[in-house]
Amino acid sequence: MNTGTFNYIKLVVLALATLFTMIAASYARDLAYQVHMILFMVIAAGLFLVTLRATDEPARPTPTHEYFDSVVRAAVIATAFWGVVGFLAGTWIAFQLAFPALNFEWSEGYANFGRLRPLHTSAVIFAFGGNALIASSFFIVQRTCAARLWGGNLGWFVFWGYQLFIVLAATGYLLGGTQSKEYAEPEWYVDIWLTIVWLAFLACFLGTLIKRKEPHIYVANWFLLAFIVTVAMLHVVNNISIPVSIWGSKSVQVFSGVQDAMVQWWYGHNAVGFFLTAGFLGMMYYFVPKQAERPVFSYKLSIIHFWALIFLYIWAGPHHLHYTALPDWAATLGMVFSIILWMPSWGGMINGLMTLQGAWDKLRTDPVLRMMVTSLAFYGMSTFEGPMMSIRSVNSLSHYTDWTIGHVHSGALGWNGLITFGALYYLVPVLWKRERLYSLTLVSWHFWLATIGIVLYAASMWVTGIMEGLMWREVDANGFLVNSFADTVSAKFPMYVVRGLGGVLFLSGALIMCYNLWMTVRAAPAKASLGTAVPAE
Amino acid sequence: MSEIPPKQEGDPNTTGHSWDGIEEFDNPMPRWWLWTFYATIVWGIGYVIAYPAWPLVSSATAGLLGYSTRGEVAVEIAAVEEANAGINAELAAAELTEVSANTELNTYAVSAGAAVFRTWCAQCHGSGAAGFVGYPNLLDDAWLWGGDIEAIYTTIAHGIRNEDDPDARFSIMPAYGEIFSEEEIAQVVNYAMTLSGRTPQDASLVEPGSALFADNCAACHGDNGLGNTELGAPNLSDAIWLYGGDYDTLIETVTYSRYGVMPPWTQRLSEAEIRAVALYVHQLGGGE
Repeated sequence: MNTGTFNYIKLVVLALATLFTMIAASYARDLAYQVHMILFMVIAAGLFLVTLRATDEPARPTPTHEYFDSVVRAAVIATAFWGVVGFLAGTWIAFQLAFPALNFEWSEGYANFGRLRPLHTSAVIFAFGGNALIASSFFIVQRTCAARLWGGNLGWFVFWGYQLFIVLAATGYLLGGTQSKEYAEPEWYVDIWLTIVWLAFLACFLGTLIKRKEPHIYVANWFLLAFIVTVAMLHVVNNISIPVSIWGSKSVQVFSGVQDAMVQWWYGHNAVGFFLTAGFLGMMYYFVPKQAERPVFSYKLSIIHFWALIFLYIWAGPHHLHYTALPDWAATLGMVFSIILWMPSWGGMINGLMTLQGAWDKLRTDPVLRMMVTSLAFYGMSTFEGPMMSIRSVNSLSHYTDWTIGHVHSGALGWNGLITFGALYYLVPVLWKRERLYSLTLVSWHFWLATIGIVLYAASMWVTGIMEGLMWREVDANGFLVNSFADTVSAKFPMYVVRGLGGVLFLSGALIMCYNLWMTVRAAPAKASLGTAVPAE
Repeated sequence: MSEIPPKQEGDPNTTGHSWDGIEEFDNPMPRWWLWTFYATIVWGIGYVIAYPAWPLVSSATAGLLGYSTRGEVAVEIAAVEEANAGINAELAAAELTEVSANTELNTYAVSAGAAVFRTWCAQCHGSGAAGFVGYPNLLDDAWLWGGDIEAIYTTIAHGIRNEDDPDARFSIMPAYGEIFSEEEIAQVVNYAMTLSGRTPQDASLVEPGSALFADNCAACHGDNGLGNTELGAPNLSDAIWLYGGDYDTLIETVTYSRYGVMPPWTQRLSEAEIRAVALYVHQLGGGE
């Protein structure tokens, strides 16, 4: 098919999309849907005009002799941007919990804790983490396959389509267009859009793997492929629902009751397993050996822990539903698989840390490597804590308490956050062809602010979590409860303030990073050699 | 493009591939890692034999230990209930007015009542029982429906103005917005403010308000606004106001009336629990 025909098809599709969304916006039954349809309409109409103007232009030749790095640069910028947004939202809602007066009356229904909480979780996991994964998987798959990203401009569709998904999700939360599924709050049409974008992502990645020039597939790509494939499956199954009307955002889940809960936590736990663990292990397997300039510690370990992790993680979800309507047998299996998962999870930490064998001295001089190593330490800590919390009797204390929140954040801030910062510090000089980072001192500042922030966060949540767990179950000599729920809430206040301060430190570190990266692009000396990205050996 | 990382003295062999300059050592898996992994698998096999684990067609394997989470909690609850069975029976049969004289029974009842209160009552009345706007403070001496132990027991058992219990305490204040003019409401409110010794907003309205009060309000609230616990009519001469005693709130109360509801607890709590929480509330400070 030549470019002309393709352009005509594109014009027809965009015109139909504009027309349909215009009708949808006028029939809209709720505000979130209406705003989203208007957004779709503006984008489709804009693209229609752009395509129309370019129809008779001679097609620009697609470069094939170099890596497709412009989309990676865009995703790096998006990662830093959404990171700051997500951390800011998290810090704000931490203070909303400590000082409920910050849930201003005028913002009720838009910016109270209940609306901002999913905004925060989606911003950090899907916007910050997701863009980090898009940037690094596009970067890594091209480098380690010695091939340009497959699909031409499909890479740009993935990037912009994903940003649109983020905007739809975030505005949907604020306007009330949500379903009650944690980490899967967007409504049906946003889910469909993400599915399309995600399949394009899979196509780009798989296409590049298939046309690779290296004889073998590098371990990072196993993890990244597992991440992309499994997230597609999780997303589709967990979001099976029937819209009440195609003119409104509300939909009804196909699963109900305990089945729905089980599907939700099968999804929720594997979002942790495949999005935040497998995907980020893929990042780790590229950036740690690169930054340390040492070979990966053990190929055997990588292959065994990869397959063990992939096989075991998918069963562990029921440990989120101990002591609920979920039958005991399912909870037992979830717990047993979680515990067997301990060593496969640690395999990634060992392989990362041991890669530094013979390069440990670099930790003294290279704060970026220090960040990566600390992220592996937090990874190891939370993948030990996780199996421990999945044990039924431990869970009876920890469940529904802030301990869970602390656990999630030691993983999210410590592991996902720090490894992403490390990757950004590696990527920016490479992508913008700079000799080095603008300032290693600022990286050190970022490292310490982030680390102390995480420690404040995790420690305060352990204290409040275990305290409230013990207070909830505290009974007197006759077996009567000693504390009311409100007593446990007021007891947590000081630790909530500490948590908020931890967030402030973490956020300040990220702002320093943004400044440092910006100055790297603006002011650091350009790399002298022009031995640029050529996808040939 | 690829820069091969410097090999060092004593490095093991690599697998022989290089991706963008990254190689992999051919190191064996750490033994401690492998054996711990095996150990968790062996433990897992043992655990799924001992505990309910494998789904069958219409049930699941029960496990050798016969454990279930519901069974475990049922045992705990049964143990507490058995331990307290005797004293609960004693409490359920006792004459309420005489419990306070029986130290052992009273101590038990108050701690049991405190637990019931924290679980079922604190949501409205506050965990310290100090109440909230629209939810009476249980620490003071003001009682809408009576503050002796029998009256408190009746209120808790049957509730107030609910539709679930025919014995619920019941009374309605008319919404005077449908009966009086705005002028008349202002008059009666100005008069009511003088009952608790406060300065009315407009002194000229007190005199006509007094007459309106005598004809319309005194039947329930009494000639001097002292209230009537038989009817749940609040005392208007003290400083305690359930919904607020300022001029605007009083206007609102008189115009639209109020309809505070409390659920009956006989349907949710045992006789001993209701008595226990009544005794707990009675001893909080304001009991008559």
